[in-house]
Amino acid sequence: MKTRNNKAWFLVLPVILVVAFTALLPLMTVANYAIQDIFSPDNRLFVGMKWFYDITNDPLIISAFQRSFQFSIQALLIQIPLGIAIARIMPKSGWKASAALVAVSIPLIIPFNVIGSTWLIFSRKDIGLGGYLLNKLFDFDFTSDPKDGWGLILAVDVWHWTPLVTLLVYAGLRSIPPAYYQAAAIDGASPFAVFRYVELPKLRRVLLIALLLRFMDSFMIYTEPFVITGGGPGDATTFASILLTNIAVGQFDVGRAGAYSLIFFIIIQIMSFLFYTVLTLQDREEVTKTK
Amino acid sequence: MSKSESLIKGSFSPQKKKRSLPWSGLVFWLVIAIWMVPVAWLILMSVRPSADILGAFEIIPSRFTFDGYRDFFLKEMWYKAYLNSLTYSTLNTIFSVTLALPAAYAFSRFSFAGDKHLFFWLLTNRMAPAAVFLLPFYNMYNAVGLFDKTLGVAVAHMLFNVPLAVWILEGFISGIPRQVDETAAIDGYSLPRFFIMIFLPMIRSGIGVTAFFCFMFSWVELLIARTITSTDAKPISAAMTRTVSSAGTDWTLLSTAGVMTIIPGVLAIWFVRKYIAKGFALGRV
Amino acid sequence: MAEIRLENIGHSYDQGATFALNPISLTWKDGDAIALLGPSGCGKTTLLNIISGLLTPSVGRVYFDGVDVTDLDTAKRNVAQVFQFPVLYDTMTVRENLAFPLKNRGLSKDVTATRVEEVAELLGITKYLDTRPLKLRSDLQQLVSLGRGLVRRDVPAILFDEPLTVIDQNFKWTLRGRLKELHNLTRYSLVYVTHDQTEALTFADKVVVLNQGNVVQTGSAADLFLAPEDEFVGFFIGSPGMNFIDGSVNNGSVNIGSTVIGTTSGDKPVANGNVRIGIRPEFLAVSSTSSGVNVKISRVEHRGGYKLVHADGPNGNVIAKVDSNSSLDAGKTVQLTFHPERTYIYRDSKLCGSVNVKGA
Repeated sequence: MKTRNNKAWFLVLPVILVVAFTALLPLMTVANYAIQDIFSPDNRLFVGMKWFYDITNDPLIISAFQRSFQFSIQALLIQIPLGIAIARIMPKSGWKASAALVAVSIPLIIPFNVIGSTWLIFSRKDIGLGGYLLNKLFDFDFTSDPKDGWGLILAVDVWHWTPLVTLLVYAGLRSIPPAYYQAAAIDGASPFAVFRYVELPKLRRVLLIALLLRFMDSFMIYTEPFVITGGGPGDATTFASILLTNIAVGQFDVGRAGAYSLIFFIIIQIMSFLFYTVLTLQDREEVTKTK
Repeated sequence: MSKSESLIKGSFSPQKKKRSLPWSGLVFWLVIAIWMVPVAWLILMSVRPSADILGAFEIIPSRFTFDGYRDFFLKEMWYKAYLNSLTYSTLNTIFSVTLALPAAYAFSRFSFAGDKHLFFWLLTNRMAPAAVFLLPFYNMYNAVGLFDKTLGVAVAHMLFNVPLAVWILEGFISGIPRQVDETAAIDGYSLPRFFIMIFLPMIRSGIGVTAFFCFMFSWVELLIARTITSTDAKPISAAMTRTVSSAGTDWTLLSTAGVMTIIPGVLAIWFVRKYIAKGFALGRV
Repeated sequence: MAEIRLENIGHSYDQGATFALNPISLTWKDGDAIALLGPSGCGKTTLLNIISGLLTPSVGRVYFDGVDVTDLDTAKRNVAQVFQFPVLYDTMTVRENLAFPLKNRGLSKDVTATRVEEVAELLGITKYLDTRPLKLRSDLQQLVSLGRGLVRRDVPAILFDEPLTVIDQNFKWTLRGRLKELHNLTRYSLVYVTHDQTEALTFADKVVVLNQGNVVQTGSAADLFLAPEDEFVGFFIGSPGMNFIDGSVNNGSVNIGSTVIGTTSGDKPVANGNVRIGIRPEFLAVSSTSSGVNVKISRVEHRGGYKLVHADGPNGNVIAKVDSNSSLDAGKTVQLTFHPERTYIYRDSKLCGSVNVKGA
């Protein structure tokens, strides 16, 4: 039960100041650019909502967003269960736990462009181990087959980010007081019952973080598809970020680019909001207590 | 020999350790082995000449080259960039976690005017696509004199790391029953003393994981770091783009840099490993 | 409900380098309420975990009703345990929480339902059966925790590990009372770990006082209060604890400083030499009329129904409990009057005799 205390603002103030400095001011500048049409720095026209109308009706953009959405959902469906499963079988203590933590973290700390380059070579059927092995099983060519391209980027995202879920879940599991496991043992609970009634409920907060974080980050994926498939074959892996960057860089239209990034930004915020509201519904129910 | 000692020598029964299914350990290491194959591939790439990488499929390289490593250690551009990135990522981690802890505690324990909106606003900053901020950051950081400084990047990265830190820490703090705070208050602990001596050890898993994530996200961030630096504070991620030239990509050098960038991350997780693994400890107040 | 017998139970967490619990043997009758009392680190939780099966002792065997259960884990021993904080299944209702242990043991729905209702009735939580436990107050939550233990009929003992730790001050008293009530009704064997002497003394039939891995004294609340066998028991129990005044024994005569306060009495003779005289504030009187050991009052504390007189004794502060309408003030010099039956002699922290008070 939270206590009402407005003095808590002092604890939060430093955070607000820092984030406002880093976030609000830049945003205001972008918004400014977005509603102007920049022909040249000296010749600006107030164009208003024209860009925003253009964006929401452009079929290319719509399909890119749809692709990103599908991609994120698929990524989540793999990463969350897989991440939990790995976290549960990780060593809990001793040197093995330390080694496991290091091994699990490695994919996370490799810069995205290096991951892209590595997998680019690795997945080629002519010069890469992964591609070579896969071709023993079926015809794999991510440069020509859209399904292969999609599958590859999905695999890269899973390889790269499942450890994030694993680390969060692992930390969450270690935070469960042993008494809960002891009580469950005394109650004669099966291992599955322990997972369902002790671990999952206690992991709710951590899973929420993993869910939202991973969905949004997968939605905005950029570097890996850029390096590996370039958005192809065709537009199979042209996700929202890739399309928007192409437009901004390719056409060097600051106004349009600004508008697009702002739209993108707004859509991301709305999705975050929806996700967040749904996922924290249960928290809000539990606020009242009997006296 | 004391009575206890003689009894021990005679009939010591080792404490029964509850072992999880023995095969789960094997499965785990098997999964890890497979997961690490691309990393092994990366390491191999770092010692093969660029032409070979593109030319032939080899698991055992037929030709070795350590030019990549030589360049990395000897060329100032590389090791300087490495140090730059290390500096700002570490600084950022310290700043972010330190600022986030009191805020996370406030969000968890208190309700105050606008708290839910504030929390969500924080989250939106983590979710914001970096591209939106590039141009404004470029202008802003120039204006305040933080352009091309590691401190500047450390501050800029707080944009997404502070919200993440607050978010994760709030989750872990909320896992500790409020009665712990209340008991400590009754026992006469002041809030700062209670926080440091009793509370922090209880949430150390959360702190460990938060610190690692802050370091990691700052370390791999490319766009912002590259935008607000030029020569002095150039990050390693920007240096790596130098491997792509009109002659094509120097895969060897890129892979070497890739391998080298793994090391600080490994150090970071090593540093916090005990925090993450030890987890919950209910202090007997 | 079972007789619990511990034979030479000892435990070391570091392969024999140090012992958290030195080997002891204890036997508790079926239906007893036992309190394990002592400060942090004294070994009481270690002892409890050995009884419950969460810990296998380094040495010794545990018997429930004559059956050796030492190698059985907790689930097989069938004990019930209540922890420092309520341990509940958040996603289940109270009813489902209580039914859980029975469901896992394969009991039929009807039997389970009846049993759950019975236990809820017993604990007074029937009206909360269909709520989520998170919505309940902490003392009610602990009752649900306890309930999960009570639903199983064949429980040999219920073990409590400082269960009032996170309970609101206002409700500690009611919960403690309810636990005592339950014990009287059900006569389960209960083992209760605490560092709070009030809890131990009000709750238990028998109290085991532990300090630094050793059992210091076992007995009823009265025994521990009236006749502490160890200075630690004297000091730890009672609020405030026992006074210890430096003195000496000389050929049967007990002296404090140069004043003779009485003669030694007891089963064994007390050798000459330095001793400490132990007397509880409840049994120490001060007066300004009789002769005896002179002390100067440093302050007088008002405690509602009584007063505590602090005085400068020969080796430090001495406290006496006096009537609330006593008229003593700080600065006055008074004489200590020792209770004829409650003045004890301690040497090397152990009780070695009592004092036959002069003039009593």
